Amino acid sequence: MTATGIGAAVRRKEDQRFITGQGHYTDDFSRPGQTYAYFIRSPHAHAKIRSIDSKAATGMPGVLAVLTGKDLANDKIGNLICGWMIHSKDGSPMKMAPHPALAETKACYVGDPVAVVIAETLAQAKDAAEKVRIDYEVLPAVTDPAKAKSAIQIHEVAPKNTIYEWHLGDAKATDMAIASAKHVTKLDFINNRLVPNAMEPRAALAEYDAGADSLTLWNTSQNPHVARLVISAFVGMAPEHKLRVIAPDVGGGFGSKIFIYPEEVVCLWAARRVNRPVKWTSDRSEAFLADAHGRDHVTHAELAFDADGKITALKVKTVANLGGYMSTFSSSVPTYLYATLLSGQYAIPNIYCEVDAVYTNTVPVDAYRGAGRPEATFVVERLVEVGARELGIDPAELRKRNFIKSFPYQTPVIMAYDAGDYQASLKKAMDLADVKGFGKRKREAARRGKLRGLGYSTYIEACGIAPSAAVGSLGAGVGLWESAEVRVNPTGNVEVLTGCHAHGQGHETTFAQLVSERLGIPIDQVSIVHGDTDKVQFGMGTYGSRSGAVGMTAIVKALDKVEAKAKKIAAHVMEAAEGDIEFKDGKFTVAGTDKSMAFGEVALAAYVGHKFPTHEIEPGLKEGAFYDPTNFTFPAGCHICEVEIDEDTGETEIVSWTAVDDFGTLINPMIVEGQVHGGIAQGVGQAMIEHTVYDEDGQLLSGSYMDYAMPRAHNFPTFKVDTTETKCPSNPLGIKGCGEAGAIAAPAAVMNAITDALGTEKIEMPATPLAVWRALQTVTRSQVAAE
Amino acid sequence: MLPVSMTVNGKAVTATVDPRTLLVQYLRENLRLTGTHVGCDTSQCGACVVHVDGVARKSCTMFAWQAEGAKVTTIEGVANGAQLHPMQEAFREHHALQCGYCTPGMIMAAIDMVNRKGHDLDDQTIRHELEGNLCRCTGYHNIVKAIAAGARAMKG
Repeated sequence: MTATGIGAAVRRKEDQRFITGQGHYTDDFSRPGQTYAYFIRSPHAHAKIRSIDSKAATGMPGVLAVLTGKDLANDKIGNLICGWMIHSKDGSPMKMAPHPALAETKACYVGDPVAVVIAETLAQAKDAAEKVRIDYEVLPAVTDPAKAKSAIQIHEVAPKNTIYEWHLGDAKATDMAIASAKHVTKLDFINNRLVPNAMEPRAALAEYDAGADSLTLWNTSQNPHVARLVISAFVGMAPEHKLRVIAPDVGGGFGSKIFIYPEEVVCLWAARRVNRPVKWTSDRSEAFLADAHGRDHVTHAELAFDADGKITALKVKTVANLGGYMSTFSSSVPTYLYATLLSGQYAIPNIYCEVDAVYTNTVPVDAYRGAGRPEATFVVERLVEVGARELGIDPAELRKRNFIKSFPYQTPVIMAYDAGDYQASLKKAMDLADVKGFGKRKREAARRGKLRGLGYSTYIEACGIAPSAAVGSLGAGVGLWESAEVRVNPTGNVEVLTGCHAHGQGHETTFAQLVSERLGIPIDQVSIVHGDTDKVQFGMGTYGSRSGAVGMTAIVKALDKVEAKAKKIAAHVMEAAEGDIEFKDGKFTVAGTDKSMAFGEVALAAYVGHKFPTHEIEPGLKEGAFYDPTNFTFPAGCHICEVEIDEDTGETEIVSWTAVDDFGTLINPMIVEGQVHGGIAQGVGQAMIEHTVYDEDGQLLSGSYMDYAMPRAHNFPTFKVDTTETKCPSNPLGIKGCGEAGAIAAPAAVMNAITDALGTEKIEMPATPLAVWRALQTVTRSQVAAE
Repeated sequence: MLPVSMTVNGKAVTATVDPRTLLVQYLRENLRLTGTHVGCDTSQCGACVVHVDGVARKSCTMFAWQAEGAKVTTIEGVANGAQLHPMQEAFREHHALQCGYCTPGMIMAAIDMVNRKGHDLDDQTIRHELEGNLCRCTGYHNIVKAIAAGARAMKG
């Protein structure tokens, strides 16, 4: 390992600008003549739009335009789309309702954008918005997915508000296994709705160049090329070559910045209409109404065991709330990103899962950190833990008994796990967490009047979703490969253009580590370029922990080509046979001689073109690659959470957290640990404090940081984080991906620990002090009754 | 419109602004000091923390005119030329940032924490003192480590 190569905890290159306030986030850009957009959003969850009177507003100072859904339709701006086709059990396609960027005839959730004011200043736009008169006919609303099928129909295309009724697995075999089981553990779950809350609110700045008839969009996006594709091909804003999308520094994404949203479409359209740059920056409270939410499942599940405690079947029925419209990838989350992971780390011979996706009058729901996989892990890991308690078997022992132990392993739900060692991560985590000493700690806590509990979560996830043909066969509208271009400059420094996008992951460092190791050049001679469709030709962006496994492999493939060409050139310059050229530590050497050239010398020779036949070998040194993986990757691990509960207040403290993950090869262990910490924090947030609450009329009650509990520093202990390693066999670097593990593992670990302490399973997330205290009262009352 | 004058990062600045202009808007839009960020609209997240007369303030929660005559320091003004402030250095060394959006506010709050609480900060104190700053990326683990280290480094 070199000091800046693969496996080194290199300090991040990007940090210099972030710690000095020199980052460039979307709202930091301003263009000459810039105007401001302010969106008027429906205050009603479900309402017909009878009329919009914008006369008074149009005459207000500084106002350039007040635009509505009717104007959008007149200008033939297309609808937003969901790009993953799911078919119901009966073979019918999902019921995708039209989703205009501004609602024209009907608003479907509180926050649905209905009109936009464009003005010289934001204050003028807001003032004018007050004067826009919208006549609504308020309709009954539904927000609870469990009630959606019997509620008022929201979209004409979707009777019973049902988008699809999908299933996966063998229903008959699963039912038979359950019928003949020795024991069946049954649980009902609500996977609570979350608001992603990246710290940078979304923003869009659009500029029209009338001379070139082209548009530029600065946008808080995790995948600018996909945004350009959708806005061109489906929305019809401008052809791809006339639309440039720049996603500069982006302040966190967690999935919520994957999607193509109404606001960026409207800013582009408005910029062309008023022929001035148009900027929109979301307020935080607006973001609660405008950014796709996450999770929101209602589930019943049954896990069957034989007499030896071996799992024989898993049956799951889920209703998934997709909100008022289908967001960009919403359909895939509760289906192929969920049910396919229901085997967990276990050999389960029979699995069957049914998922009904429904519309409700709520903000659209889409991928949020983990996307489907946290929901699956929660179902499996809660069932296993509760099963262990019901069977009187130690939960770690029950897990070991059912772990998959040989690979590759084909699950009954599509996935073929390629490598792993689940016992190793469990054992290491148990040692680190001192599980043996738990009994003593529990007794000691009891003396202090505290209830102590311990919970496991042995999770699996699937990252680097691919290959493209496979996901295409499951309904994806896109391929999931990645691109890279390695540009070696004449002086030997290197620019790498990647189709991935970093919004906290540290690609400018980790990708440079790969190049530094491979080419033997210092890390500061490598620049990573991303996030601009005029620089990087195409790419699929960053989500689903794909950038290491897929994006870096694309760079490896391009580097292979660079090395091969450089060897040819070095052979000519040193007058040796190509086969005799060796490349190591940044030097091309003629084998068995002392003749050598540094990488930079070969780069210069490539551009000067004097010493090799340019009719055989083209001058220059620049190579590109598109890489499509052969399989998903399967990170897995074990998290152990220990809590103490105050019986009087229900307040729960996480006293210890141990995470042992198998991510395959680590490029930068410091960055990997940081990803794990952040994931755990989001998972703990879901389990203990975060909750999205709608009232019956569809008003979002938890619509700001005054009401939605964001995890803060005092919510967490110092985490114990470690790893085990089995290389991923499907990519040359052996990488599995680490971005989502914490968020996937954590909720089940927390709830297993809390229910262990409480002695009851009757508690839903978030386990707030009130919820814990209430659960405790049911236990206490039943104990009193028993006595 | 109102005239405002103050000193920002050692430079005297004067402007005429709409009275409802927040200090953070004045810093970002008039002075183009975009290192100070806005992460919420309810004074909860702390991305906008700057120092006003040496004390941490949420610049989204005061009007520009309320800083009349004050000495304001933003993230752009804490380094000594090319030499980083010890707290900036500690954030990089301990990987206390990922997307970087909350970082300016975190660093400004951390320096203020040391000014008030001294150089020997235990984890519990730091976690409690970070009540007004949100980070969605790091789980706070490395921020706590960085602040403890930065506090020690500020001593010397």
